[in-house]
Amino acid sequence: MFTAAAIAVLVAMALALVRAYAGPTLYDRILAVNVFGTKTVLLIAIVGFLTGRPEFLDIVMVYALMNFITVIGILRFFEYSVSHASANSETIKEQ
Amino acid sequence: MSMVTTYLSWALLVLGGFLCVSGSVGLLRFPDFFTRMHAASVTDTLATGMILVGLMLQAPTWIVFGKLVMILVFVLLTSPTAGHALAKAALHSGLKPLLPGKGGKIDADPRPSAGGV
Amino acid sequence: MESFIHIIILSMLVTTAAAIVRVKDLFAVTMLAGIYGLLSASFFVLMDAHDVAFTEAAVGAGISTLLILTTLSMTGRFEKAAENPKSNYKPALALTLVTVTGALLIYGTQDMPAFGAADAPVQTHVVPRYLNDSATEIDIPNVVASVLASYRGYDTFGEVVVIFTAGIGVLALIMSTVSTAPVALRASMEEHVILRIVSKMLIPLILIFGLYVQFHGEYGPGGGFQAGVIFASAFFLYAMLFGLTAARKVVNSNWVQALAALGVLLYGSVGVLAMINGGNFLDYNFLAQDDVHGQHMGILFVELGVGITVASVMIIIFFTFSTHQQRDGEPD
Repeated sequence: MFTAAAIAVLVAMALALVRAYAGPTLYDRILAVNVFGTKTVLLIAIVGFLTGRPEFLDIVMVYALMNFITVIGILRFFEYSVSHASANSETIKEQ
Repeated sequence: MSMVTTYLSWALLVLGGFLCVSGSVGLLRFPDFFTRMHAASVTDTLATGMILVGLMLQAPTWIVFGKLVMILVFVLLTSPTAGHALAKAALHSGLKPLLPGKGGKIDADPRPSAGGV
Repeated sequence: MESFIHIIILSMLVTTAAAIVRVKDLFAVTMLAGIYGLLSASFFVLMDAHDVAFTEAAVGAGISTLLILTTLSMTGRFEKAAENPKSNYKPALALTLVTVTGALLIYGTQDMPAFGAADAPVQTHVVPRYLNDSATEIDIPNVVASVLASYRGYDTFGEVVVIFTAGIGVLALIMSTVSTAPVALRASMEEHVILRIVSKMLIPLILIFGLYVQFHGEYGPGGGFQAGVIFASAFFLYAMLFGLTAARKVVNSNWVQALAALGVLLYGSVGVLAMINGGNFLDYNFLAQDDVHGQHMGILFVELGVGITVASVMIIIFFTFSTHQQRDGEPD
C-alpha cells in the first residue's frame, strides 16, 4: 500500500511539474511549486516507511517549513510589482 | 485490533493517494487560476492529512508517531494559510476569476488574459 | 520498486532542467529551480544521504530560492538577450563546447567503477577506517557528523570561513551603496492578517526546531549548517511579514555581524585550545581528560560555531539584499 501511495504522489508531482512549466500566470507557477513541495513532503514520508527507516521525518519537517517560507517570500517580493510589470514594462524596477 | 488499524491505514493511504492525483489533474486541467487553486489546495490539505494519519497508524515507535503529528499540525497550519495568501495576492494583482456572466465562457480558451507569462 | 522511483525522479529532474533552459521568464526559472532542489533532495533521501538531503532541502530548495527572488526583484524579470536578435547571441560555439565536454565526461565515466561496487576507491580508501573506528574513537551514532566535524575538521573549518567570506563580500559590495539612514518603509504585507498571525505562531516553533537540529546533529541528520539556515529562516519570515525596521529592532545588525565572526572564532579557538593542551590544531582528543569526552566537547563547540556563523551570515545577506531592494523598488 505504501507503494500505491508513493506512485500516486509521483503522478501528482509530475502533473504539478507540467503546470509549473506551462504557467500561464505567475500565480499558477507559485501554486504548482507549493503543491509540488507538499507532495515532496508526502513522498519522503512514505518512502521512509517503504524502506523501513522512518527517521527521515526531520527532513520532511524542513521541507514543509521551507515550502511555506518560499511562498511568503514570493508574495513579499512580487505581489506589488507584478501588476505594474505586466501592465507597462517588462522590468520590475519602475523609474 | 492491529488488523483493523492496518486496514484503516491502507484505506487512508489509498484514498489520500487518489485525492493527490485527482487534485493534480484539477491543477492541470481546470480553466483558470482560481479553479485550479481550488482543486489543488482543497485536495492537498485533505490528502496530506489522510496520508499522514495513515502512516501514523503504522508508526513503529512513539517518536515517529509524534513527529508525524507535528508535521501534520504544521502542514494543516501552513498549507491553507499559504493558499489563502496566494489567492488574495492574485486577486489583488488584478487576476479576475472566470465567471459565467462576465464574458468568461468556461469551455472557451483556457488562458486568462490578465497577468504575465 | 526503489529503482522505479529513482528512474521517475531522475527523469523528472531532466525534464525540469530542460524546462529551465527553455523558459525565458526568470521568475518561472526560479520556481522551476526550486522544484529542481526539491527533486534532487528527494533523490538524496532515496540514496540514503540524509545529511545531504537535509542541507539540500534547507539551502537548495529554500534559502537559495529566496535569495534569487530578492535578486530578481532588484534586477528585473526577463532575460535581456532574447529581446535583441542583433546582439552577440551565437549559441553554436557554446553548444558545441558543451556537447563535447558532456561527451568527454560521459566517456570518462566508463573508467569509473559501477555504482555501489565494493572495490571502488571510495569504499576502500578511508571509508572503512571511519566506519570501523568512529564508534570507538568518537562514539556518536551519526558517522556523517563525526567525519564532518572531527576527521575532516580542517575542511569544515574551511567551509565556515568560505561562508563568512561570502557574508563579508555581500556587505562590502552592497552595503557601500546603501546609506545607513533609516529607510522609508513601504507597507509590508500589512493586509495579510492571517499570514501574520499564523507566522507569529510558527516562529517560536521554527526556532526550537532549529535548536533541535543543531544539538541533535550527532544523533540524526542535521548539524550546524542546517540548523543555522533553519534558525535564520525564522528571522526571514519575521522580516518579510513585519518589515525590515521591525526586524532590525529584533536583531541588531552590528550584533549579527559580530556573531558571524564569533562563530568562526569559536571554531578556531577549539583548534587553538587543542594546541595549547599539547595536540595538533583541531585535535579534540586533547580537550578533556579522556579522548572520547574530548571528541564530544570538540564536536559540540565546533558545530555551535558553524551554526552561529551560518545563521548570522544568512541574516546579513538577506537583510542587505532586502534593504537594497526596498530602496530601488520604491515607487517614484
